[in-house]
Amino acid sequence: MSDPILLPAALAAHAPALLVAVPLILSTVAAAQPSGRFAWALAFISAAVAFFCAIELFAATRGEYAIVSYAMGGWEPPFGIEFRIDGLNAALLLLLSATALVTLVFGFSTVEDEVDPDKRSLFYSAFMLCFSGLSGVAITGDAFNLFVFLEISSIGTYAIIAMGWSNDRRALTASFNYLVMGTIGATFFVIGIGFLYMATGTLNMADMAARIAELPGNRVVEVGFAFILVGIGLKAALFPLHLWLPNAYAFAPSFVTTFLAATATKVAFYVIIRFSFDVFAIDSGFVQNALTYVVTPLAIAGMIIASAQALFQADARRLLAYSSVAQVGYMLLGLGIATAAGVTAGALHLLNHALMKGALFMALGAFFYSYGVRRIDDLKGLGQAMPAVGGAFTIGALSLIGVPFTAGFISKFYLIQAALQNGWWWAVVAILAASVLAVFYCYRMLVALWVNPKPEPEHLPNGHVRKVPLTILVPLYVFALANLYFGINSEFMVDMARIAAEAAINGGVGR
Amino acid sequence: MIEMLGERFTYAVIIILMMVGLYALIATGNLVKRMVGLTIFQTSVFLLYISMGKVFGGAPPILPYYEIKNDSLDPTALYSNPLPHVLILTAIVVGVATLAMGLALVVRIREAYGTIEDDDIAEADYSLELEKGV
Repeated sequence: MSDPILLPAALAAHAPALLVAVPLILSTVAAAQPSGRFAWALAFISAAVAFFCAIELFAATRGEYAIVSYAMGGWEPPFGIEFRIDGLNAALLLLLSATALVTLVFGFSTVEDEVDPDKRSLFYSAFMLCFSGLSGVAITGDAFNLFVFLEISSIGTYAIIAMGWSNDRRALTASFNYLVMGTIGATFFVIGIGFLYMATGTLNMADMAARIAELPGNRVVEVGFAFILVGIGLKAALFPLHLWLPNAYAFAPSFVTTFLAATATKVAFYVIIRFSFDVFAIDSGFVQNALTYVVTPLAIAGMIIASAQALFQADARRLLAYSSVAQVGYMLLGLGIATAAGVTAGALHLLNHALMKGALFMALGAFFYSYGVRRIDDLKGLGQAMPAVGGAFTIGALSLIGVPFTAGFISKFYLIQAALQNGWWWAVVAILAASVLAVFYCYRMLVALWVNPKPEPEHLPNGHVRKVPLTILVPLYVFALANLYFGINSEFMVDMARIAAEAAINGGVGR
Repeated sequence: MIEMLGERFTYAVIIILMMVGLYALIATGNLVKRMVGLTIFQTSVFLLYISMGKVFGGAPPILPYYEIKNDSLDPTALYSNPLPHVLILTAIVVGVATLAMGLALVVRIREAYGTIEDDDIAEADYSLELEKGV
């Protein structure tokens, strides 16, 4: 590892372990706290530690094909568990920890609003489990360890989604359905890993990649890939496997929806990239075929059908959840193109989508905080009542459509460019059609927001309109302005995505 | 056919168990029974891993103490592969945690809806939506 930039050298050497271990250990401490605020502080500290570690790792992986390898417990890979960070997961870790940090500020007021007082410390504890599980998935270089982290994050996620039940009991059934489907997905993933272990006799991804390269045409390996793609596709909300997502996002507490929308499906998407390009080689025919003939059509179907479904939603968060499924379609289309340009576009959209959905869900959380409304009809006139929040929401919505000078435009531009390089004009048509649908559903919300008179408050949750506190406004504007900043000044994000794509395609764990 | 089945008997059992679990998961509307189906499905995967650790003619992977002491370990000795067992120990813990989480949710659903039948829950939600006009 090169010279550390933030942390002292003794800590920087263990940054990969600290990134995962600190939230994991502090979550047990947080669970024992009687006070929700103290648990919040612990969560914030762990996210801050993770953020510093992520910056450290990000800086250490800027060189060409630079890799940070950390042998957990001193057991050398491939025998022990290895944490392995390259340009691809360094970007993801930075996104994860930054999102956690910003959304936690947002959570300070909204969680107090939406979660029972005696459950808050447990809530933050489950959140930290979820966060450390997601970082673990992103950081680990061991296939079975990835499954364990995936399940840690999932179990935490089920718990915090179900905490929305005090506002709407449907959160419970949403969480239960997610649990059933998520467990099926994770079990499919384990079956796939089992097949790979049968064929290669190793669990370390780099070692596995080297041995899979020696087994061309091996049916066990191909079946293993199919199981992994389906299992992780379920977690990533790949189109027909997305049924858990809309309800889970619509009924969870605002804080949870914001965090999950910006991170959870992204991590699963990263796992798909990691397995299709690194563990399996893209030049072996079956991976290429799977991406071209399975992932690409499903991605396009998801883009169009989920966008169309979004048009007819009454609940604003449900609408955005369907739009998330469509946006996952964009990312997977970039993956399906399977060139360096395509994966760059996919990774770029991954980063930008986190920014726009973060801003949108936070703004909806702010509306709920003040007026207790979730439905689009109830958003009428709130733009005039709350211009600051309405403005941030509008920026997010414009970015979601892909209006120039917003982050969404940049990633769609790169995606279309990548599709054209491959001569896939029909993919461009699909991207544009889905964008038009996005115009319609964003139009519905924006019209409700701005083109109506200020409402007479009827049934307010606390009897009066509450002023939005700074702890909501600041993180909201961090996301909203990031959308504008990275839309105008896109080099940072594009470079990050390009290095990530190069790390996935050319460098990677196998080489 | 019989011969093939005989050779791959464990796999046949695992696949049947897997399908039983998945079928139970899909066919029933009772949430507790769904959790049962899910657990059977997961267990079949545990068996898949355990069976792959078997080495024919292999001894349990434990080194005899006196052989280590006398430095007389037999280098040609065959042992079963212990790694899948270790992995499955972890996976069992994960499975139990998931089961506990799922059952806790079922208890909460029973408190909130007064039923654990999927159809009744869907109906309750639907009539609620009609009432609110969502």
